[in-house]
Amino acid sequence: MELLLFNAFNGLLQGVFYALMALGLALILSLSSVINMAHGGFLVIGGYLAFTLTPHLGFWGALVVGPLLAGVCGLVAEQTMIRHLYKRSDPLYSLLLTFGLALIIQDLARTVWGAEGLPSAVPEYLDQPLSSTYFFITGYRVVILGITAAVAIGLYLLIRYSLLGIRIRAGTRDLETVAALGVNIYQLRALNFGIGCFFAGLAGVLASGVLGLTPTMGESLLMPSFVAVIVGGVGSLSGAVLGGLLIGVAAGITTTYYPSASEAVIYFIMLVVLAIRPRGLLGKESIFE
Amino acid sequence: MNLQTAWAQRRYGFLVLLWVALLTVPYWLGYVGSYSALGSKILVYGLATMGLNLLFGFTGGLSFGQAAYFGIGAYGAGMTLKYIAPSTPLAILVGALAAGLAATILGPLLMRRRGIYFAMITIAIGQLFYFVAVRWNNVTGGEDGLAGFERQPIHFGHHLLVLDQINFYYLVLFCFTIGVVIMHTVLRSPLGHAWVGIRENRRRMEFLGVRTDLYVWASFAIAGLITGLAGTLNALLFNFTSPQDLHWILSGDFVMMVVLGGMRNFWGPLVGTVIFVVAQDYLSSITNNWMSFIGMIFVAIVLLFPKGLLGMVGRNSGAP
Amino acid sequence: MTISRSLFANAFLFSEVRCNHAQRTPTRSTIRLRGFGDMSAKVTRREVLKASLWAGAGAFALGAPAILSFGRDEQPIKIGDIDPLTGTYAAEGESQVRGAKMAIAEVNAKGGVLGRPLQLVVEDNAANVGLSAQKAHKLIDQDKVALLMGTVSSAASLSVSQVAHQQGMVYMCTGGHTDPVTGSQCHWNTFRVCTTTYMLAAGLAGTLFKKFGGKWYFLTPDYAFGHTLQDSYEKILKKLGGTNLGSSLAPLGTTDYSSYLIKAASTKPDVLVMLTDGQDRINSLKQAAQFGLFKKFAIGGGLSELEVLRALPPEAQTGWACLEWWWDQPSTPHVKEWVASYKNANPDGSYPSARTWFGYAGLHSLAMAVARAKSLEPKQVARALEGLELPPEIKLQPNRVYFRAADHQLMSSEFPGEVEKGSYPNLFKVSQIIAGDTAALPASETGCKLDYPA
Repeated sequence: MELLLFNAFNGLLQGVFYALMALGLALILSLSSVINMAHGGFLVIGGYLAFTLTPHLGFWGALVVGPLLAGVCGLVAEQTMIRHLYKRSDPLYSLLLTFGLALIIQDLARTVWGAEGLPSAVPEYLDQPLSSTYFFITGYRVVILGITAAVAIGLYLLIRYSLLGIRIRAGTRDLETVAALGVNIYQLRALNFGIGCFFAGLAGVLASGVLGLTPTMGESLLMPSFVAVIVGGVGSLSGAVLGGLLIGVAAGITTTYYPSASEAVIYFIMLVVLAIRPRGLLGKESIFE
Repeated sequence: MNLQTAWAQRRYGFLVLLWVALLTVPYWLGYVGSYSALGSKILVYGLATMGLNLLFGFTGGLSFGQAAYFGIGAYGAGMTLKYIAPSTPLAILVGALAAGLAATILGPLLMRRRGIYFAMITIAIGQLFYFVAVRWNNVTGGEDGLAGFERQPIHFGHHLLVLDQINFYYLVLFCFTIGVVIMHTVLRSPLGHAWVGIRENRRRMEFLGVRTDLYVWASFAIAGLITGLAGTLNALLFNFTSPQDLHWILSGDFVMMVVLGGMRNFWGPLVGTVIFVVAQDYLSSITNNWMSFIGMIFVAIVLLFPKGLLGMVGRNSGAP
Repeated sequence: MTISRSLFANAFLFSEVRCNHAQRTPTRSTIRLRGFGDMSAKVTRREVLKASLWAGAGAFALGAPAILSFGRDEQPIKIGDIDPLTGTYAAEGESQVRGAKMAIAEVNAKGGVLGRPLQLVVEDNAANVGLSAQKAHKLIDQDKVALLMGTVSSAASLSVSQVAHQQGMVYMCTGGHTDPVTGSQCHWNTFRVCTTTYMLAAGLAGTLFKKFGGKWYFLTPDYAFGHTLQDSYEKILKKLGGTNLGSSLAPLGTTDYSSYLIKAASTKPDVLVMLTDGQDRINSLKQAAQFGLFKKFAIGGGLSELEVLRALPPEAQTGWACLEWWWDQPSTPHVKEWVASYKNANPDGSYPSARTWFGYAGLHSLAMAVARAKSLEPKQVARALEGLELPPEIKLQPNRVYFRAADHQLMSSEFPGEVEKGSYPNLFKVSQIIAGDTAALPASETGCKLDYPA
């Protein structure tokens, strides 16, 4: 029983990474209908840039600046490449383009920073277990939970109350009308993409403290994040968070009894959800159904 | 005389040229400095992508998990040779049927979905099979892949055909031809035309009383069968298979090859496969950054040539 | 789809706009030609673009391999090296290639082999097993190499060994550790430089038992390398009379080891035997350190390498591991000079690792065997490799280092020791150097039956 609780908590922590990534994915998907296969790449960019900046800005400084830079990279990618795909109705093209982008980013990371993992370190005072029996709750993991919660709440407030947020929300319902009302939807989509990539970069910085920093780390986090979006419901941000946490906990619990199935269970859950309730747990009836 | 005949003439000539070239590959491949395993691989992947194209280009189903059936075919063939009987034809048959069966059983899950949901279900199925292959160590060899089997010589009555590089190429060509004939026949039939109709406007087809979900199911199953057949040949080509033959990155490569060559065209995927496989082979030998170049090819094709190479051939060419 | 869009689509379909396509007003760059009968063929800009694309693609597809083969000299002896240069094992693969390049430079400086210079043809297999087989075919059929070497991952080694066996070529496995390569799936043409998993276990197990006690729990990566390593450790533990508290199988590529570490800690072992490798080792050690587990019990075991040690954050720079070669051997002759020549050839601040040595020793072995056999014929080269002993300036370690004839395994030494806190490259302290033939299983127990053709 104890082991189960431990694993559930661990799953929760892992789910936090999925939730962060899923938030970014869901943002991009719902407004621009772009399936961002390069999300893992922006995670890697965030992590590596933070690592490079840590000697200059310190851990906390890099934590802030790294994701911002990842967001800026996302903005640039959107302006140069993805913008041209909006007129095409088939989501295939954005999928393929971002797929190619993911390959390029992974290769660039390997070329610039080397193929071996880099020793990304967390400040000493955070890297201790908080208690002897519950030794797996380290200060750093609590910080991860805290930052994610803060950022998620911040996003919620942004979407709910700020002008940008209102426009994004309106855009996910009906982008044409928003444009007709005089809003610059190109800017809107660009900013949205940048915010989405900010989340990916943040996930990368946080993950590098736990998982280490390698060019291929984005891949393993990308697919579960898609699953989180689908399970939570395409078009719903809280659904993305919920989906991420859910599959994280499910994977954690499965590890207790049947470790080999811990990854497969994520996809199994997705299949079940898609078979029974395709719109996802919190999703709205969407055009894709 | 109208445009149709001249067009048909051109196409007929192209087909003749193609088959002559394919039949004589072992003779001229050495002169261009390539190797016969690459030629076989191109045909194998070409068959896989043409199978994918049935679902993707002709029915409009965005399948991003086709590698699952490729891998099922590969593992089916490998496990047959390893555990059941040392017979190559049996291995091919078992592998292809296993893939077709898997596709048929899983079809109902996605026959009513479209767009991103369809794509995500195909990815999920692919990942499930991937993890089964990786974790079921005792049977599939797990992460290290399935080894310890070899393609066996085929008995033709008294004559024994040893499957060395060249003979195996002709076996691949033979299976490729069978696959092409099947696909050609299906595409020309009412089934194939229904698929094109579903691709163009699914709602209208439903209004016309067509059970579109059943047609999508059929498309999915047949595509799975053809891709599975290609998978068996791949396992026999390298006498090896591994979970990477099931991975979603391979699925993405397949989709890329189809788009590269032109997804509305019957021969488009083969063209795309030739270019992609040769590019990958060539680039990985000359530079460590070949992955960036492949990625750039993806980006360039999507942005500049979305209809693919054969798609730029004048008007829309449907079934041959 | 919104209503407006679907109406538009229907209109599109009904109005047969497609059929009118051809009769659209041609662009300015259209040239009218008289074609067959009364049909006029229009050469539009699109057609020209299409034709040039076709030509370009065709030329590219056909000409690329020819360009690649242009400038090929008939003179040098080509050796094909298949290593991962991208992907998970890229760091290890690159080290192996560097070692091979150093060796080739030395051999060629002395005039080559059989009067001909050596040439290394490197192919990237990106740790992809299927690609390994494909590249092996390419090296044999297209580049016409005389000998093969390389690979890091165990699965790739098995794959290349099989292809080489089919084609009757000698293959020197430099970096794949799984036992079957020189065990149950050995072939007459396959030789291996790096040690087997049994040798790795035997190298360290005794030390762990003596220092920390006999209650062991295993954290094992779920693939062949991990399984065979665990089996070897368990065999030795049984012989020593220790207690096996159980094991956790972690899928390869697991990023979060918390659950496994929790389970391990709950059994209260003397030693947590960590059998993960590469990035998995980094993650598991890091998380073990974060949980403060190093203070609770000893953590060690398995294989480690300089590339992995380099990536460990300071809190995880502890524990025990078995290396297969170490650069800091003050009492071994020639090592210092070799390290210096490595730094000369690779001025990027790196130091040679065991992987570098694998590539180096592997290539030198091939060169020596060819010289000894006075021929490139694979069976003769294979016979010449059996029993071949490496001279001091190549073996770079004490103890006799030779290829055992019965299973083609190089009897190279094990370097067990303790990971040290510090900065690269002073990250490891060797506790002893164990000779290969002491650590290895007797050839009769490996399951290898060499299958020389008649």
